[in-house]
Amino acid sequence: MTDTTATGAPARRFRVSFQTLGPVLALIALIVLGASLNSNFLSYGNVTNVLARSAFIGIIAVGMTFVITGGGIDLSVGSMAAFVAGVMIMAMNALVPSLGVGVPLVLAGMAVAMLTGLAAGLLNGLLIAKAGIEAFIVTLGAMGIYRSLTTWLADGGTLSLDFDARSFYRPVYYDGLFGIAWPIIVFAVVAILGEIAMRKTPFGRHCASLGANEQVARYSAVKVDLVRMATYVLLGGLVGLATIMYVPRLGSASGSTGVLWELEAIAAVIIGGTVLKGGFGRVWGTVVGVLILSLIDNILNLASIVSPYLNGAIQGVIVILAVVLQRQGKSAD
Amino acid sequence: MKRRTLLKGAAIGLALAAGPAVAQDETYTIGVAIPSATHGFMGGLNYHAQASIERLEATYPQLDFVLATAGDAGKMVNDIEDMVATRDIDALVVLPFESEPLTSPVQAVKEQGIWVTVVDRGLSVPGIEDLYVAGDNPGFGRVAGEYFAENLNEGDNIVVLRGIPTTLDNERVDAFTAAIEGSGINVLDMQHGNWNRDDAFNVMQDFLSKYDDIDAVWAADDDMAVGVLEAIDQAGRSEEMWVVGGAGMKQIIKRIMDGDPMLPVNVTYPPAQIATAIELTALGLVSATPVSGRFIIGSQIITPENAESFYFPDSPF
Repeated sequence: MTDTTATGAPARRFRVSFQTLGPVLALIALIVLGASLNSNFLSYGNVTNVLARSAFIGIIAVGMTFVITGGGIDLSVGSMAAFVAGVMIMAMNALVPSLGVGVPLVLAGMAVAMLTGLAAGLLNGLLIAKAGIEAFIVTLGAMGIYRSLTTWLADGGTLSLDFDARSFYRPVYYDGLFGIAWPIIVFAVVAILGEIAMRKTPFGRHCASLGANEQVARYSAVKVDLVRMATYVLLGGLVGLATIMYVPRLGSASGSTGVLWELEAIAAVIIGGTVLKGGFGRVWGTVVGVLILSLIDNILNLASIVSPYLNGAIQGVIVILAVVLQRQGKSAD
Repeated sequence: MKRRTLLKGAAIGLALAAGPAVAQDETYTIGVAIPSATHGFMGGLNYHAQASIERLEATYPQLDFVLATAGDAGKMVNDIEDMVATRDIDALVVLPFESEPLTSPVQAVKEQGIWVTVVDRGLSVPGIEDLYVAGDNPGFGRVAGEYFAENLNEGDNIVVLRGIPTTLDNERVDAFTAAIEGSGINVLDMQHGNWNRDDAFNVMQDFLSKYDDIDAVWAADDDMAVGVLEAIDQAGRSEEMWVVGGAGMKQIIKRIMDGDPMLPVNVTYPPAQIATAIELTALGLVSATPVSGRFIIGSQIITPENAESFYFPDSPF
């Protein structure tokens, strides 16, 4: 340590890498902890469970990375997921008599989910980018609207997918390719495409410049409104995609579906190293953040070493620690 | 709820028009204040409140009802104040959103000589209400525990999913633990599934990874039971264990009626308790029947034999 800090350049390199690797180190520490507490932790079944259940928040969090990088925020994604799930289930139930149970029905349901998600994202985007209302207020309002619309659609109860349609659709969550479950594959593809979009495309650069300084971005001929709107539409579409993976799992939606998903997604983004006030985003970091959050839950359930009353507290401590590890380098600069 | 209220309004209108024109000397107004339908149990409660109001208005033309649903304690207080000020109610049936903030408003209602019926959650000052109607939380845990004690052998392993950490959940779990004490049943683990399908699914997946031998699951709630059943199905261990939920959700009751081996029984905690409260309050107004006191609705065990009488296909819960 002292040797490296003596000279300027290597110290900087060390700090940068440490900062980048913070979340990864936290993830590795959690994996080691989990494996030492329970021998089943690294079993195929458990790893599949954890990755598959991370997929919903993960797919949403990739979209959230773009929104936050662009200096925005979206609090409505959890309610939106519940609403999209509700609309999708009702649409599929209504289409069973005309389409029958089969691939067309599932594809129609998927199309409905994607369109509903994109439309909801577009609405958020229009209000924020075109009408110029604060993202926090628009999406806070949308959060309440979608949550109560879902309760209304379900008449206060639960919307359940037609039993036969459900049995047919079920493999979308539970089966997969070469032993890797579909939600994991979709999550991985979304994450890789997201990483490429963030790093290699003009869209990613425009998001970052928009979040860093809107005026400068505007003078640099970035179509600010369009980029901002695109981030919300992208997120809406990914909420639709996450819902497509979510519905086959339990085949139902209710007012309590997706509660607090928005905060988990935002937390994952920040743990992963994206800056909350915008200007810098890291998609692979978000993926690590999502995995950290799901692993904490999983380890607490597998270990049951502490009172379950304290689960929330332990989660909180680990989340803060992961970010502290990562920011140490920055505050020393 | 608007969709349903509209339909119900039309139905009530028809029922009133067609109802018998009984000569009546006095009319009464009963105010009903309940939380809005934000989850399955409250959805069922709203359904049963409306169904019993509809029935009573048709039976007793001299009764008038005001139903208000509130999303938070503050709105519920406003609703109650409005009922007293503008509708001149003779009786109030209230399921307090929270005990503390509603205690003094309800007390003020009582001091004006209005009959007060409190449902499910007690007020923080005892003796305000004329009638208290509630489900039996310790009984809910005890009945389930007794079933486990009778149907499992010494050394059998079970796991338990708990609800949201609350007094209510503690009462249920303590009674369950007391009921299986001495039976030799081994409780491997208890974790909170928060009365939520997704949380219960995740917790059960982890239980299944952690324990190779589970003989039964007390899911303590039907929403959690749905998540638990799905996790067990995914792990392909359906043959190995059975699940007991609770509260009598219609989909679960249906499966018990059909004799599903994974769901041998269920324990009631009926959302229809609001109907008991409204009916008793109405009875007290229109007749000389004494109805003051405490009415605790026992938690019953639902078996394939009696499931039909607990099955309400029209209820959202």
